Amino acid sequence: MSELRKLNSGRRKFLQDSAAVGGAAALAGLVPSVALAQGAGKIKIGLMLPYTGTFGQIGVGITNAFKLAIQENGGKLGGRDVEYVTVDDESDPAKAADNANRLVNRDKVDVLMGTVHSGVQMGMVKIARESGVLAIIPNAGVGAATAQLCAPNIFRTSFANAQPAYPMGKIAVDKGIKNVVTLAWRYGAGEESVAGFKDNFVKNGGKIVKELWLPFPNVEFQALLTEIASLKPDGVFVFFAGGGAAKFLRDWQAAGLKGKITLMGAGFLTDGVLEAVGGAAEGIETTLHYGDGIETPKNKAFRLAYAKSFKLQPDVYAMQGYDAGLLLIAGLKAVKGDITKKKEIIAAMEKVEIDSPRGKWRMSAGHNPIQDIYLRKVVGLENKVIGVAQRALDYPPASLCKMPR
Amino acid sequence: MDFETFLIQLLNGVQYGLLLFLVASGLTLVFGIMGVINIAHGSFYMIGAYLAWSLTESFGNLWAAIAVGVMLSVLLGMVLEWLLIKKLYARDHLYQVLLTYGLILVFEEMRSVIWGDDVHGVDVPRILGASIPLTETLSYPVVRLWISAVCLVLAVAMYVLIRRTRIGMMIRAGASNREMVQSLGINIQLVYRIVFALGIALAAFAGMISAPVSSVFPGMGNQVLIICFVVVVIGGIGSVKGAMVAAILIGLVDTFGKVLHVEIAGVKLLPELAGMTVYLLMAAVLVWRPEGIFGKRL
Repeated sequence: MSELRKLNSGRRKFLQDSAAVGGAAALAGLVPSVALAQGAGKIKIGLMLPYTGTFGQIGVGITNAFKLAIQENGGKLGGRDVEYVTVDDESDPAKAADNANRLVNRDKVDVLMGTVHSGVQMGMVKIARESGVLAIIPNAGVGAATAQLCAPNIFRTSFANAQPAYPMGKIAVDKGIKNVVTLAWRYGAGEESVAGFKDNFVKNGGKIVKELWLPFPNVEFQALLTEIASLKPDGVFVFFAGGGAAKFLRDWQAAGLKGKITLMGAGFLTDGVLEAVGGAAEGIETTLHYGDGIETPKNKAFRLAYAKSFKLQPDVYAMQGYDAGLLLIAGLKAVKGDITKKKEIIAAMEKVEIDSPRGKWRMSAGHNPIQDIYLRKVVGLENKVIGVAQRALDYPPASLCKMPR
Repeated sequence: MDFETFLIQLLNGVQYGLLLFLVASGLTLVFGIMGVINIAHGSFYMIGAYLAWSLTESFGNLWAAIAVGVMLSVLLGMVLEWLLIKKLYARDHLYQVLLTYGLILVFEEMRSVIWGDDVHGVDVPRILGASIPLTETLSYPVVRLWISAVCLVLAVAMYVLIRRTRIGMMIRAGASNREMVQSLGINIQLVYRIVFALGIALAAFAGMISAPVSSVFPGMGNQVLIICFVVVVIGGIGSVKGAMVAAILIGLVDTFGKVLHVEIAGVKLLPELAGMTVYLLMAAVLVWRPEGIFGKRL
């Protein structure tokens, strides 16, 4: 009997001891994170970008350039070391909220950086607004993120979809183009881009004869090219990107429309596709916040450093990732690395003038870049900058963003 | 729409339909004769296009690239059938879908590793480079007419093969009753291997000849796959004649759906719902004849 009692007390004692050890370990686990929050450990950056699929190259480019910017700053943000947590969002809007949630709540990142696809971005914006985590958008151009759904902790270093298209409206009028047919994929980026062009074009006296839409990502253009030919407008404004843009440019030339009707578009029509279209894009003018041949010391230095590190030429997406790094550096410099001082970081990022490879720019009231939009012309395999379409463009209008100031 | 534009749109629709037929014919052959659902069919279209691009870079001209590419595709088809597909004949359709879906993922990654993720173009061969002026603004590229001609020639060739040759007879018999054909001393295993290789070679060939007009980019196979299944379902599983009729029908519906203006009771139907027209057509056909236009009665 007494042996049994001894056994029981032995087991109970063992269980009690284990619980005590477990409790102590849990408490011990909490202590380091408290210490981190006060600024002793590394700053955790959560990278949520596509690393596979159609946009995989873009995700890799943005990450490379972002890390390059941090490296040029001595590998530190505000004097503190940096660690990265990476998630491949696969450009899948269905998984967006879960992915962002995991980074913010499980991995406890200090900054959320991403993404490319506008559908995924909306999932991230939702989590960023709910959690208040500092979020930087290095590409997705969905207008709402810095307008209707703006928030103090959300910043963008790329563009809003309507922004690069807007100046083309006035350029069209200046060229003597009076009536235009628009053609784009019917999704966020296509609709916002056309809206930006239309706003400025109509404001300056132009007339939109017809708005043609194609379901995304349909690339059967023949029927619509035939219709454009029968309408005979002075100019056509389109939004396509990637493989679809390459096909469109070839179809446009094969249909004999090149040279007869002026083709216009935002820069994405001719970015990254010139090798694939074999001269079909020669001479086409587009507007974008970057281009080939920007001969500033900052751009030359950036392109050289990027090419040296990654054996590739940087594109507009990499440049946007680089600026995300510059923005974060400025924000954390102002608080000497204390990531808990969010209000001060935000204030610093709102005021800073980013010395970017694209030129100098500042944040708008909605936290979107106020930047120069360049006019580029396709010459050979380059989108050569031939002028500035509009300086310091702040578009879409700030009135749509209702942030507490 | 004036009569001239109407005729041109008709031409656009027929041309698109003929290309769809070429890609879908392989799918309906494999499905109808072997009873195997090959979800990776679109991937072979993509493989064909990428082969056309990389082989044209190596050989310098598209014709050599197509010749070599077709041979490689037939080889690939035979190897795949021998390694994987022949295990699927006795299995449920679900297993076939699972295996061939796995093939899609494997092909996508291999494509990314071998050829990368960039967009590429294949130059139109010079003799096909002209455009025929149709109106004062619009020209029709000769290469598209050539593609349509090739599709028609292949359609006739397939008809002759299946209806008028011994091997065609074996194929049709094997589709009706596999065991009986085997007991008659015919090597049905070899017949199936040939049919599968033919099916995917057709898809790859379609990818190769349309590469000059469609550009070569990741994801091109998935876009084509869905519309292929619509063609096969509307035309009737296993019917090449059905695939032709369905493909032309879909080509016309898709083309005119994008440019016509149809409004019923104040509700704008076309071209707002252009993306849905093909699927609405499929739903209508399924309600009227579930086996498809020329399919065997269920």
